[in-house]
Amino acid sequence: MVNWMRWFPENVSTYGGDVDSVFALIYWVGLVWFVITLGTFGVFLVLYRRRQGRRAFYITGEPLRQAAWILIPCAVILALDLWIDWRGAPAWAKVKGQFPPAELTIQVTGRQFFWEVVYPGPDGKFGTGDDRQFNNEIHVPVGRPVRLVLKSGDVVHSFFAPNLRFKQDMVPGRLTGGWFEATKPGRYELPCAELCGIGHSMMNGSLYVHPPEEYEAWVKQQWPAATTADSRRPR
Amino acid sequence: MKDLLPTEADTRHLETHDAGLGFWRTWVFSTDHKTIAKQYLAWGLFWTVIGGFLSGVMRWQLAWPGSDVPGWGVVGPAAYNVLVTMHGTIMVFFVAMPIGLGAFGNFLIPLMIGARDMAFPRLNMLSIWVFGLASLVLLVSFFVPGGAASAGWTGYPPLSGKVEYTGSNWGLTLWLLAHALEFAAFLMGGVNFLTTALTLRAPGMTLMRMPLAVWHQLAAALIFLLSVGPLIAGAVMLLLDRLIGTRFYVPGSGGDPLLWQHLFWFFGHPEVYVLLLPPVGFVCEVLPVFSRKPIFGYRWILWATGGVVGLSFMVWAHHMFVSGMDPRLAMPFSISTILISVPVAWVLFAMIATLWRGSISFETPMLFALGFIAMFVFGGLTGIFNGSAPVDIYLRGTYFVVAHFHYTLFSSTVFGAFAGFYYWFPKMFGRMLSGPLGRLHFWLTVVFFNLTFFLMHNIGLAGMTRRTADPRPFEMLKPHQWINEWATVASFLLLAAQIPFVVNVVRSLVAGAPAPANPWQASTLEWSVASPPPHLNWGEALPVVERGPYEYSVPGESQDWLPQRRPLATGA
Ligand code: HEM
Ligand SMILES: [Cu+2]
Ligand SMILES: [Cu+2]
Repeated sequence: MVNWMRWFPENVSTYGGDVDSVFALIYWVGLVWFVITLGTFGVFLVLYRRRQGRRAFYITGEPLRQAAWILIPCAVILALDLWIDWRGAPAWAKVKGQFPPAELTIQVTGRQFFWEVVYPGPDGKFGTGDDRQFNNEIHVPVGRPVRLVLKSGDVVHSFFAPNLRFKQDMVPGRLTGGWFEATKPGRYELPCAELCGIGHSMMNGSLYVHPPEEYEAWVKQQWPAATTADSRRPR
Repeated sequence: MKDLLPTEADTRHLETHDAGLGFWRTWVFSTDHKTIAKQYLAWGLFWTVIGGFLSGVMRWQLAWPGSDVPGWGVVGPAAYNVLVTMHGTIMVFFVAMPIGLGAFGNFLIPLMIGARDMAFPRLNMLSIWVFGLASLVLLVSFFVPGGAASAGWTGYPPLSGKVEYTGSNWGLTLWLLAHALEFAAFLMGGVNFLTTALTLRAPGMTLMRMPLAVWHQLAAALIFLLSVGPLIAGAVMLLLDRLIGTRFYVPGSGGDPLLWQHLFWFFGHPEVYVLLLPPVGFVCEVLPVFSRKPIFGYRWILWATGGVVGLSFMVWAHHMFVSGMDPRLAMPFSISTILISVPVAWVLFAMIATLWRGSISFETPMLFALGFIAMFVFGGLTGIFNGSAPVDIYLRGTYFVVAHFHYTLFSSTVFGAFAGFYYWFPKMFGRMLSGPLGRLHFWLTVVFFNLTFFLMHNIGLAGMTRRTADPRPFEMLKPHQWINEWATVASFLLLAAQIPFVVNVVRSLVAGAPAPANPWQASTLEWSVASPPPHLNWGEALPVVERGPYEYSVPGESQDWLPQRRPLATGA
């Protein structure tokens, strides 16, 4: 409970560490600030509790010299705020700004109430005969950037991958997107983070991150006709 | 001095609404601001019971999913969506606003500025009636086929647009209608607040002598008036989409679901300051009285509140970092969001500085005011996490957010309102409350509040999403289910902790000691008339105000407080 970082699920993405480090920055700055503020508050309450024969000190706090006692801490807060945003901007840009070139693009459509996952197949194009659809299952290789095309078939859903530190709403009529590069094989959960109707909290997909050979085997199994070179599909 | 006497209109008012008029004329058709305040208070307390009950049912389901809730039955996912939607709606629009603005604004503004009533007493009566109508519509919405609204208190379309998506049919339409009526009620109230404070101040009550409680009511009313227009427009479009199949929020024919999100949050974010500012005002009144010091930096607080009002309109898109809007918008909104921490901290520091070298007594109103400060500092700090765009990618829509907004909303609306309630109860009802029961109420509330909400931060970090009806499908939450059970038990105890309060109020109303005019030795105007104040508040002549509202422990004075009415010359 002391260190909130421990509560996050394990990070398995290349950019998750950036997000976590901004979290940690805010956490420690906030904790120190909290202790100072509430410490002062507590000390005042004890020191200045009502006692016989002592009268309160008359001070209005109006003159600038007195108000400086609240304005200076506020200036410090302003500086800390700007620091937090300055540290946050690159992390945001990494996740949501420029997407790196990716070999694999996957389309995920939020539907009441499942993730419809479509792979373009060896030709790399959506809407052709070799597309394959999976429900609630995403398979990716470890250590490769993957591009996501996010859509909605009905209402707003929010694609959430806690272990990747990724989240993006899916809005009807709009293409949104994202990318990630997973760093550790395993199965990870994919809840929906926007209320989307009665089945909302049953919406839970699986992200399978495979070691390279295992991924090749999975691809072979899905598209038996394609060659390995096809399925790798350099851009 | 003619204008200090009751006008002809005042006298007519007095004749038609004075005591001895029977139940209907006194309680239903009253234009007296004090009675209307009590009517708002009654509605607010009524909805608090319902909103609290709904939260208890939700908590039961989350701790022991799928089991029978006593007196309710199993909570299915459809019912859970109704619960979460109606709890949020009720707490924000039918508890916090009617109590913070409706009850306290109506009660305090005329009394604190030395007016006989609101500027438009009949409009005021209309406002509580329309609010009553809104309440009835919302109540009815629970019982129509398809059940009450279930698209979240934010009502995002397309989910809220079509019956097929949620199952709520008339429930959701009536939900929109209830909002429309409630907004109309508070528009009338807001106009009345501003006009009253700007035109009906007693002689000598300059703007800079106005108590901060009044200032904060005005700031809240102003924010509401300026922000509600776009939402009304948005709600009309949603209503048309639902009823006659227009397609304002339907993509593919020129509509866009994000339009609603922008309109909603352009209102919705300022709205949280509408909820917050009145309680800030209460705390600003309570602190000086119970530490016998002037509030620290009266004018500086006004500047900061002005900053909050301005900035509150520039932050709405922090609810939309991952909504699909252009990601380049995130950083500007992240900066404006985090910047709002500056004026808010400013006010909190002024509050803490007020304690410095004071003579602090821990009566119940003071305890709740101090509780407000402590909880709000914490809630405000957790807001920085949500304000940081990259961190919010993870946090948005998780229980961390639920914990954060309960720390800010609960601390302001519940702790702040209790501070105000215990403080002004003698004035409102003419009876004293019991101190020991009040203190018991405070300590139980503060302990169980923290036990209920603190660990919600943690389970949110562990990946639990908000508006989850059932945590069981998620492997990652299995090790943390104990937190759900813990929070539920604590929340029941938190609800039970309100029993001393109810006992206290009932006991006092039935058999409490009569309250003197000024039990706390406070210097603002409302304490210079009898408790409760008579009709038209001031008898023959209006009060004349000679000084500022927080003259405590002035050097050279024998008494440690100087009423605002005390003439300067005879100050000793
Ligand atoms: C006994 C006290 C309370 C308890 C136990 C409680 C509990 C809850 C729970 C369990 C949720 C649902 C979270 C979810 O499933 O996402 C919730 C949501 C909410 N609560 Fe409370 N709450 C309490 C008091 C309050 C108060 C005083 C306010 C505001 C003044 C408030 C405002 C809200 C709002 C706005 C939501 C969000 C609704 C939505 O997501 O549509 N609650 N609360
Ligand atoms: Cu969804
Ligand atoms: Cu969902």
